[in-house]
Amino acid sequence: MASKVIHAYYNDDDVLMHAVKKVKGAKHHIEEVYCPFPVHGLDKAMGLAPTRIAITSFIYGCVGLIVSIVMMNYIMIQDWPQDIGGKPSFSYIENMPAFVPIMFELTVFFAAHLMVITFYLRSRLWPFKKAENPDVRTTDDHFVMELAIHDNEKELKNLLMDTGAVEINVSEK
Amino acid sequence: MYTFSSRLKMASFIMMIVGLLGIGIGFMSAPTTIEESKAMVASHDEGHGDGQSADTAHAVANSHGQEHAEGHDASHDEHVLHQLQNKPWAALYVAAFFFFMIALGALAFYAVQRASQAGWAPLLFRVMEGITAYLVPGGIIVFIILVLSVLHMNHLFVWMDPEVVAHDKLLQGKAGYLNPTFFLIRAAVFLGGWILYREYSRKLSLKQDASDDNASFKLNFRISAGFLVFYLISESIMSWDWIMSVDPHWFSTLFGWYVFASMFVSGITVIAMVTIYLKSKDYLPDVNDSHIHDLAKFMFGISIFWTYLWFSQFMLIWYSNIPEEVTYFVTRIEDYKLPFFGMVVMNFVLPLLLLMNSDYKRINWFVIFTGIIILAGHYMDIFNMIMPSTVGDQWSIGIPEIGAVLFFAGLFIFWVFRALTKAPLQPKRNPFIEESKHFHY
Repeated sequence: MASKVIHAYYNDDDVLMHAVKKVKGAKHHIEEVYCPFPVHGLDKAMGLAPTRIAITSFIYGCVGLIVSIVMMNYIMIQDWPQDIGGKPSFSYIENMPAFVPIMFELTVFFAAHLMVITFYLRSRLWPFKKAENPDVRTTDDHFVMELAIHDNEKELKNLLMDTGAVEINVSEK
Repeated sequence: MYTFSSRLKMASFIMMIVGLLGIGIGFMSAPTTIEESKAMVASHDEGHGDGQSADTAHAVANSHGQEHAEGHDASHDEHVLHQLQNKPWAALYVAAFFFFMIALGALAFYAVQRASQAGWAPLLFRVMEGITAYLVPGGIIVFIILVLSVLHMNHLFVWMDPEVVAHDKLLQGKAGYLNPTFFLIRAAVFLGGWILYREYSRKLSLKQDASDDNASFKLNFRISAGFLVFYLISESIMSWDWIMSVDPHWFSTLFGWYVFASMFVSGITVIAMVTIYLKSKDYLPDVNDSHIHDLAKFMFGISIFWTYLWFSQFMLIWYSNIPEEVTYFVTRIEDYKLPFFGMVVMNFVLPLLLLMNSDYKRINWFVIFTGIIILAGHYMDIFNMIMPSTVGDQWSIGIPEIGAVLFFAGLFIFWVFRALTKAPLQPKRNPFIEESKHFHY
């Protein structure tokens, strides 16, 4: 792809927030913003859709609960209902209090781990992944806003200079 | 300044009057003789053709010999008479304690907010102070009921009866702790401590508004931290005295925390509900959705904490199944199946599902709706603590119970909203008030 992108550097998160609002106000699409730390409210300013990861986590938790119930019902009640220390193994409900700690832990286990894996999948993170930051300074003390250029390089540059950018680079992507 | 709306005042008076009538009917219809109590149980059984007590009565009569059954019947009849006589008293006590506990839970929450220097809470301090104002009348009423118990006006606390203690080795062993004089002294010390902190903290809170330095605020911070230490100890002992001792043969070590969780979540729920009410009347313009969200998070979290303690207590006793401990739950599961498990649904399952979503915690009517469920659930919790050992299987939720709840609800509303009119609803010079006004989650 022979498209060009413009990288605007900022060294303050407040300036960055104002810049994002201004660029959004000028109806330009922001491709990406690279930050060394989470900037509170940046997602709102960029107009990103809210995350749905909490909903997936709830569903995973329900799956974990069902797995634990089915598992213990099969093992303890259906397959081999032994008398272990006088615990009533005639039906699941009768012996349920003893299963609750496992039901709880498996619910949390599924909800937590599957949610983390979902996060890794959706944000494309894995051990040997090649780092994607356009400039190493974005992991330390600089913020970079990336915009695509559609024959409007000069106009974009002027706009970004106005927002308080400390450096502007144009590069092929 | 808040002005007590005349409609709400009217409603609280009507609740009190109707409630008093209900309480009166409860006391009038309690039996005074064994014959009356027999007639009451019989008419009850006729109403419900296959009533449970009828079945058990037959089973008892069949399994014992003829002469045996007669002796058993006499003591059984006296037992039932005492249970029926206890009914209006227990209904009164459960409701009196429930509303007192809301004020005490709100006081604990208030002290936690002061001691932790929470930045979001100062906007709600006056609401909390209004709710804790009920400590004085509510505490006095509970104390009067305890004094009347000591004076043998009722049989709520079986260990107060010297006749019973004389024939009971276990109660004799506990008499060093469970004796009426020491019991009343403890109750007076705890109530005195709680009311003293409430009144003093309120005074400092108002003084801070009028002063030009932060001395009152700092002193309030220190006494709140000190109060929390006193509160945790006194609340635990209070729960043994006022609640666990209606079952003097039974004991549980985490009972104090369990009662604490119940009062804490009820207190927070009422804070949220009063805040939403006042906000809907435009008296709290700076309170925003985030404050409601925070309160709803507390309702959610402490509801789960309550369940954790409820289940820990239940499961440990169920698992080991030691006869001297397990009777507590045997009676509850046999005679109180619906209230006992129903309250777990109301206090755990419904708040868990209703308040899990972040957006729902910001919808005011949704928080009110969940709050009503939580409050009803915790009334059932106290009901389940007191009733099985005072009225046994003669329980019902009828005129005395509803009347007592109505009366104390009316008194609570009247007293709390009257206290809210006494001071501006927004503290002026709290060091955190600006943060609280701009609190955003």
